[in-house]
Parts: sequence; C-alpha cells; structure tokens
Amino acid sequence: MIEATGLTKHYGRTVAVDNLSFGVGEGRVTGFLGPNGAGKSTTMRMILGLDRPTSGDVRIDGEHYRDLKRPLTTVGALLDAKWVHPNRSARAHLRWLAAASKLPYSRVDEVLDIVGLTAVANKRAGGFSLGMSQRLGIAGALLGDPRVLLFDEPVNGLDPEGILWIRRFMHRLAAEGRTVFVSSHLLSEMAQTAQDLVVIGRGKLIYQGTVDDFIANATENTVVVRSPELDRLTELLRADGVSLVADGDAIRVSGVDSAAIGELAAANKIVLHELNPQIGSLEEAFIQLTGDTVEYTAHTDQHTAPAEPAGATEEAPPA
Amino acid sequence: MTLLAVERMKLFTTRSPWWCTVAALAVTIGFAALMAGTADAQAPLTVAATQFGYNFGLVVVMVMAGLAITTEYRFSTMRATFLAVPNRWSALLAKTAVVAVLAGIVGEIAAFGSWGIGKLIKPGVDLTLNTAYEWRAVAGVGLVYAVAAVVAVAVGVLVRHSAGAISLVLIYNLLVEGLIVLIPNVGPKIHKWLPFNMAHQFVTGNPDPTGRDVNFGPPLSDATLGPWAALAYFAGFAAVLLVIALAVANRRDA
Repeated sequence: MIEATGLTKHYGRTVAVDNLSFGVGEGRVTGFLGPNGAGKSTTMRMILGLDRPTSGDVRIDGEHYRDLKRPLTTVGALLDAKWVHPNRSARAHLRWLAAASKLPYSRVDEVLDIVGLTAVANKRAGGFSLGMSQRLGIAGALLGDPRVLLFDEPVNGLDPEGILWIRRFMHRLAAEGRTVFVSSHLLSEMAQTAQDLVVIGRGKLIYQGTVDDFIANATENTVVVRSPELDRLTELLRADGVSLVADGDAIRVSGVDSAAIGELAAANKIVLHELNPQIGSLEEAFIQLTGDTVEYTAHTDQHTAPAEPAGATEEAPPA
Repeated sequence: MTLLAVERMKLFTTRSPWWCTVAALAVTIGFAALMAGTADAQAPLTVAATQFGYNFGLVVVMVMAGLAITTEYRFSTMRATFLAVPNRWSALLAKTAVVAVLAGIVGEIAAFGSWGIGKLIKPGVDLTLNTAYEWRAVAGVGLVYAVAAVVAVAVGVLVRHSAGAISLVLIYNLLVEGLIVLIPNVGPKIHKWLPFNMAHQFVTGNPDPTGRDVNFGPPLSDATLGPWAALAYFAGFAAVLLVIALAVANRRDA
C-alpha cells in the first residue's frame, strides 16, 4: 500500500510534482501514466526517499521509506536498469545488495534463476543488452521478496518478447498479492498490464480509478455513416439535435449509437452503405485528458523559422 | 559491520582500486630503489631518503579514494546504495572507512616496501628504525594516506564528478599549498597551517638527529606544531570536511 498526500516537488522555479495525492492498493497492478516529463520518475524517487518532497508526504505501509528497516525486504524498485557498475558481474551486483539487506547469497541465485540470467551471472553487467539489464534490475527488485514493487518505464526500449515477459511478470507478482506500481507513458501498454490507473499531467493528478472506467469515461464514441442519401439523413439527424461532422463522403455522428441511426434511416427508407461504430481508442482518451497538460508540445502547423521572442518563455526542465 | 562488508565487496569488485594500489606501490618503491641505487658518500642513503616518493604515492591514493566515491555517482550505484541503506550517514561512513583502511594498508606496504628495497640494494647502510622520527617517517605514511583518502572521499561526495573532484584534490595538494607560500609576508604564515603541510610535518618533522641535508629525504615542512599535533590537525581537517560532505549528501536529492 502506497499513500501519497499533497506530494509536491519544486526544482528551482519549475514545479515537477504539484500537490499530488493518490493511493496504490494491494494485490493489483496499478499503472502510473502520464506524458514524458509529467513527473512520474520524480514521484517514484520521492516514494523511495531518494528525493525530498518540497512539501507533502508519501508512505509505504504507513512508513516513510527512510524509516524502513532492511527496506529491500519491504519495497523492491527498478527505476533505471543502468544503475549497475559496468565492470561488476551480475552476481557481484546482487551479492552486495543481498549483503546490505542481510539476505543469504542463495537468494541471489534464486532471483537470477527467476529472471533467467543464470547463464550470464558472472559476465560483466556493462556488456548486457537493455533487455538483460532490465532483467537484472528486476532481479534486484525481487531480491528481498518485497510486498511492494515499483517499476519505472520497465518496457521502454524492449523488444516485443521482452515486453510480453515483463507484462506477464507483473501479473504474476500482483497475483501473489503484492502491490505493483508501474509507470509508463504508453496507455496501450498500461491497458494490457494494469487494473488500476493513476494518471498525471504536469505533476497534477488527472485521474485515479480502474482502467475500464478510465476508457469508458474518457472516450467519445462516434459512428461513421455512408449513404447515397446522405443529405436527407443529415437533415433528419440535425432535426433531432444530433451533432455530426462531414468526413469525406461520409458523416461522423457522435452522441447516438448505431442502432438509433439505423432505425432512423429505416423509418425514412434511406439506404445505408455503411454504419460503423468507432470505439474511441485509448490514445484518444489519454490525449483528451492530458492534451493540455503536455509540457512540450510540437507545433506541427507552425513555421520552423525562429519564433517571436515572446513565444519562447517556457522554462527549461530539470535534467 | 554489515555495511563495512558491503562497501568492501563493492570496492573490490571493480578494477580501479587494484590498479591504483599497484601504481601507488610502483611509484613509491620504485623511487626508493632509485634513491638507493644512486646513493653515494655525498648523498648517503638514510631512512628519510627511502621515503622520498611518499608524496607521489599519496597522489595516487587520493585518486583511488576519489574514484571510489565518484564512480558510484557516475553509475548511480550511489542511488542503489541509498535504496538498500536509506541511512546515508551510515552508508557513506562505511564507505569512507573501507577506503581509508585500504589507503592506510597501501601506505604501510609502500613505506615498508621502500625501506625494504633500500636495505636490499644497500645492505651495508644502517637503515634500522631506532628513533621515534624514523618510525614516523616510515610507519607514519600509512596514517597520512588514510587521512588523505578521507579528504578525497569528502571532496568526491561534494563534487560527485570524477574529473572535477580529482582535479580539485590534486591541484590543491600539488599546487595551491605551494603557491600560497609565495604570497609576500602572510604567505608563509598561512602555509604553516595548511592541512597537507601538516601531514608532511608529521612524516618529516623533528628530523633525525644527524641533521640531514634537505636533498637526502623529502623536503622538510615549515609547520611549527609537533608531529602528532600536526597529524591531529590534518585528521581534524579531514573530519570537518567529511561531516560537511555527509550533511550535504543527506539533505540533497540522490
């Protein structure tokens, strides 16, 4: 159980996390979703006591991370797979972590086996591929058999096989009753991995709840209609106060389901060539909710020539 | 004790401490061999002369100590350490202790190795350690290396970048203290109280009763404190620097 209340972090004048309150429940995978630069990593570092909140508080099972005894046995975290000395072997890396947590060395071989790195255990970690580094990081997170697990963008840069492995792994961990909190900027990934969502944009909480509710609330369903008598149908729909837009040789109707449109057409003897309900995509939902909170927006419809000085006042982010 | 074991594992599963140890020993013992080989009636081999190279070894040891901490920042293993051991004071004190002990051991091997190779090359010369001065000149090197390693670790914690921390420590040790003497009037007065000059006073102070020429051993210190008071002063300087560094590391975002 992770509980954040009023969590805030300033870097100079930049506000990275802004009065963020949320909870992460046990036995579930909770996705931590937000565009790049939304403050996900900063929040995770504050949960783990690496960064000090400017104000607010975050606790794990009621305790601050820095007050935990042998913290790796309570919380396992993978924030960055590259937090390993490149000349140290995978086994040596896990052994010092185990020693620091008073865990037996036999546990090192167990977690190496769980993540499938036994064969390369004595190879230097600097030579690992991203997928192998990620597995080593997960092995480190699992070392203390913790109840709470945090992963920051674990599938970033992985091949499909690696992504699938991590996804299944998260489900297994949650099924074992652990608290799994995993961040991503990819909603499609979260939809397949998480049951609950905490969505942030520009450091502020946008949504907290289940994935299903998020999609249901945030997506707007439309129906694409094609007909040789499109003008008549348009008039009829407009008369009913339905909003619609022209889309090439079709119209896109929103706010009414396809059955109602079909019945209206039949009642007026209008031939339909297409009646196609469009289920709003997760990405659309995400963009709809976070669209105005994306910190760096690419202005695709503008010239690339130097902007006027007044337009360039956005502050530099923390590195 | 657990944390000391952890830091020992971390230190010896990387390569730089091994290379620095080899380099420190090669420089000091090699220099002693050179001194012994070229000694003659005009420039006799003395206990002090065998330790001529100790300051070069000191430089290498400080590089080793600086690297031990700054590579942790560079590869973010410092963050991994703070995740496993959230009490940053304990984690960093353990690291400092392990690095200081290694530096001390390297210093002792370097000093006695230098002295031994002198005896080996010039068996006829009496290099017996008779006086308190002679013991300090040889066995004291390890103590100075250990304290200097603490200074380098503290600077490493504050600066966090290898290049920055190491250049700062070396430029200070090799240049700044020597240049301050050149300031008219006040320069020499300040220099008497500078920390590495104090360390040097511990090793070379109250020199052997024969009143050797400066050329027959490391140049003498101009500090006026007694040798043990000088070492305490140097250690105090290192301790203050370390406390500042640890307080900063404890407050700062990792």
